[in-house]
Amino acid sequence: MEKVITRNFGLENSHRLATYLKNKGYGAARKALTQMTGPQVIEEVKKSNLRGLGGAGFPTGTKWSFIPQANPKSKYLVVNGDEGEPGTFKDKYIFEQDPHALLEGIIITCYAIASHKAYVYIRGEYVKSIQTLQAAIDEAKTQGYLGKGIMGTAFDLDVVVHAGAGAYICGEETALLESLEGKKGFPRLKPPFPAVVGLFGCPTVINNVETLACVGPIIANGGEWFAKLGSPKNGGNRLFCVSGHVNKPGVYELPNGTTLREIIYEHAGGIPNGRKLKAVIPGGISAPVLTADEIDVKMDFDSLKSIGSMAGSGGIIVMDDTTDMVWAAMVTARFFAHESCGQCSPCREGSGWVYRNIKKLYHGAARPHDLANLPGIVNNIGGNTICAFGDAVTMSVGSYVSKFRKEFEDKIKERVCRI
Amino acid sequence: MPNLTIDGQKIEVPAGTTIIQAAEKLGIEIPRYCYHPALPVAGNCRICMVEVEKQPKLQIACYTPVAAGMVVNTASPKVLEARKTVLEFLLVNHPVDCPVCDQAGECKLQDYYMEHGQYDSRLADVKVRKEKKAFSIGPTVMLDQERCILCTRCVRFTDTITKTSEFGVFDRGDHSQLDVYPGKQLDNKYSGNVVDICPVGALTDKDFRFKCRVWYLDHTKSVCPGCSMGCNIDIDWDKSRPHTQKKERVMRLKPRLNPDVNNYWICDSGRYNYHFIDENRILSPQYLDKLVPWSEAVERIAQTIRLTKADRIGVLASAQLTNEDLFVIRKLFKNTLKGAHVDFRVPEKPGDSDDFLIKADKNPNTAGASSILGAQADAQTIVQKAKQGELDLLYVFGHDLVKLLGKDTVAQIARKVKLFVFQGSNVNDTCGYAHLNLPSSVYAEKDGTFTNCQQRVQRIWPAFPPLGDSKSDWEIMSFIAGQLEAPLSYKGPQDVFDDIAKTVAGFAGMSYEKIADQGMVLKK
Repeated sequence: MEKVITRNFGLENSHRLATYLKNKGYGAARKALTQMTGPQVIEEVKKSNLRGLGGAGFPTGTKWSFIPQANPKSKYLVVNGDEGEPGTFKDKYIFEQDPHALLEGIIITCYAIASHKAYVYIRGEYVKSIQTLQAAIDEAKTQGYLGKGIMGTAFDLDVVVHAGAGAYICGEETALLESLEGKKGFPRLKPPFPAVVGLFGCPTVINNVETLACVGPIIANGGEWFAKLGSPKNGGNRLFCVSGHVNKPGVYELPNGTTLREIIYEHAGGIPNGRKLKAVIPGGISAPVLTADEIDVKMDFDSLKSIGSMAGSGGIIVMDDTTDMVWAAMVTARFFAHESCGQCSPCREGSGWVYRNIKKLYHGAARPHDLANLPGIVNNIGGNTICAFGDAVTMSVGSYVSKFRKEFEDKIKERVCRI
Repeated sequence: MPNLTIDGQKIEVPAGTTIIQAAEKLGIEIPRYCYHPALPVAGNCRICMVEVEKQPKLQIACYTPVAAGMVVNTASPKVLEARKTVLEFLLVNHPVDCPVCDQAGECKLQDYYMEHGQYDSRLADVKVRKEKKAFSIGPTVMLDQERCILCTRCVRFTDTITKTSEFGVFDRGDHSQLDVYPGKQLDNKYSGNVVDICPVGALTDKDFRFKCRVWYLDHTKSVCPGCSMGCNIDIDWDKSRPHTQKKERVMRLKPRLNPDVNNYWICDSGRYNYHFIDENRILSPQYLDKLVPWSEAVERIAQTIRLTKADRIGVLASAQLTNEDLFVIRKLFKNTLKGAHVDFRVPEKPGDSDDFLIKADKNPNTAGASSILGAQADAQTIVQKAKQGELDLLYVFGHDLVKLLGKDTVAQIARKVKLFVFQGSNVNDTCGYAHLNLPSSVYAEKDGTFTNCQQRVQRIWPAFPPLGDSKSDWEIMSFIAGQLEAPLSYKGPQDVFDDIAKTVAGFAGMSYEKIADQGMVLKK
């Protein structure tokens, strides 16, 4: 299989400009800047079926085409590197292994949308990522790949690195914009969408790190080439982050549409110590959990959606039969209760209530009505909030209760903690 | 102008109108916590969610603009259920300490629970405890973080209206708490408004705390007499239970909506400027150190007038008086007693002002006084004449001359004039020098009109009868006129006003009915 995103991973000094240039680096950017117009770049990316790999899966080319070019304000590209979804650790590898691939994607994207300034918002805990990317920017700038008149063309671009401060919600694109503007990370009311009113009130494209890392290869090899790598409407490969009860946890670049079974058993080495698979979170903690019977699903946005889960950020968390699913639900709920930004009443009050309810169940202190109430409380959050965080609480926590109901009931009957 | 249907009723509204505004025009009040018409939309409370046909999710009415052909349902089972669940969430960590909460009775959590909630509690857990309960955040306001539902109205008020930005929401999730920024106090000239816009009991007014349950309050429409802006207010008073030690009737003042004047707001100095209504009042006519009946007091004035020439009479009227009072003063001292020196422009130090509601002229009726009394005499000449013994009668309306001119000057005046009359509602230092003190009623006891700095004539209504033997100024004037056998046959303030409308050019065509509770601008 052809490596696209991880093509330079593992090379000696893969993060240095010299290494990158030796491997056809910045060739795609040169092609775009010298041989293509902005709309042509967008058209090529549309053909590639590249979709937002931060988790939402929105077609990237389409997103770029929403930027109103007639608007006289500055346009911005904001790179979402606030990788906070539990189970997800792919962007970190791109920052640290191949920052120039990201920068090349940024150059091409900014050229396509006529932006001259890009902000990279990196999760604050990713200290090494921040340092590596900054060093790559500095190196690119001295060699004329960033700054004024890139590669001898008339195109100017500055890239600014901004470190986040630890809030999960700042990965939500409009909360990220607020945070970038120096405010508290609260998601914005939509519409207007960022393409029209984004950073500092200007038209803004927000793309995930991995998404942008795909842009260079698309321009170099053509949109159709990229589309063919993946499954229908889900172009290319993507990075799957496998963690939990597997023999070989790690980041795997595989085509969109690879089955979950293949990822777990062939690539990640299966379940340790001959134990049995019990459940899998297929796309970060926000994605509804799958049972062992559901792992023949193809890992792409549409296939996972059709079985009621989501591809999300590609964070696969594998749980074997030693896992207490009430405990897993409690940990999930605790995360959401801790990370709810507190803006909308249902999510603010509901996420904590749900957590305390499951905690009671887990500790054997719950009564039957606590379990009876739980699905209702969980359901009242989703769909009633400004951003998708509320939906994530409902869908993910709800899936544990509905798919592993018996374990919840046992907690009430036994009134003891099993682990 | 998009056409839409809300709950089966058709309506046409300008583009850009939100559903909540369009519904209001049809008389449908969609519940709201964070939405306030004068503040930017936050969309966080989620209680205003309504069903819009062809939209899979419920939409927040405060933010969703109307569209042509839109069909909105504000009371479908799905909407009612959503309202119930939002209320339930808001009450998850609310302390429900209504019995000791000042907001009880005018609390939107209580109101909406009774209207839309009414579910059985599913909550037996310990609630999230927050740090600040009964916590002072400034000179006027107390904060209770546990009662707060984080609607951020106060945050947006201080961000966009006063631009002082004292408030912020700190921390995350259900540990979020409203607070003032470290090292800051809620200390601006409009701080009391945050109590009005707080839909729950999170922000309470120190001045009103534990003073009266709101359901004992009566409300009377009025106009703030604190400066020439004439902000519209409600006087909230307790008619049936004057239970405080001072037997105060007025419990608090609240802003009353008038988009052309003060919108939803009043300043703090106006808001807390009511204690004089029940304190330190002149309750009976007094001649030298003897309380006298009205008949004797008025006869003394009449006698002085009869024995003197009009040009030996000086009158210091006041822009604190209503148009009606001033007009009757004009009738008596300018028409009947032609030649008397009448002016209201006693020089005062200008007060503080800003570019919002606070005006330097601290009189509510300067514009009215100017148009009714004109400017023939001038107050300084009148004072000068009084000092030099050129007046037999000096009639002062409410002014504290001691404060304005100094003790010695006022003492000299008292020695030189034959009768020095002070007519006012509250005792001040000048009373001690005046020969005759007459008790007049305060604005809260009066029917009448003020004309504000925008030339807007605005009505005030009497909340309760005058305290003690005090009377309205126009009534006292009529009394004197009757004694002089030059009777003025006004039956009441409305009668006087009708005469003003006939006589004073700017007031032409006005009547109490037309002025109503939003006022009318003087004609140029």
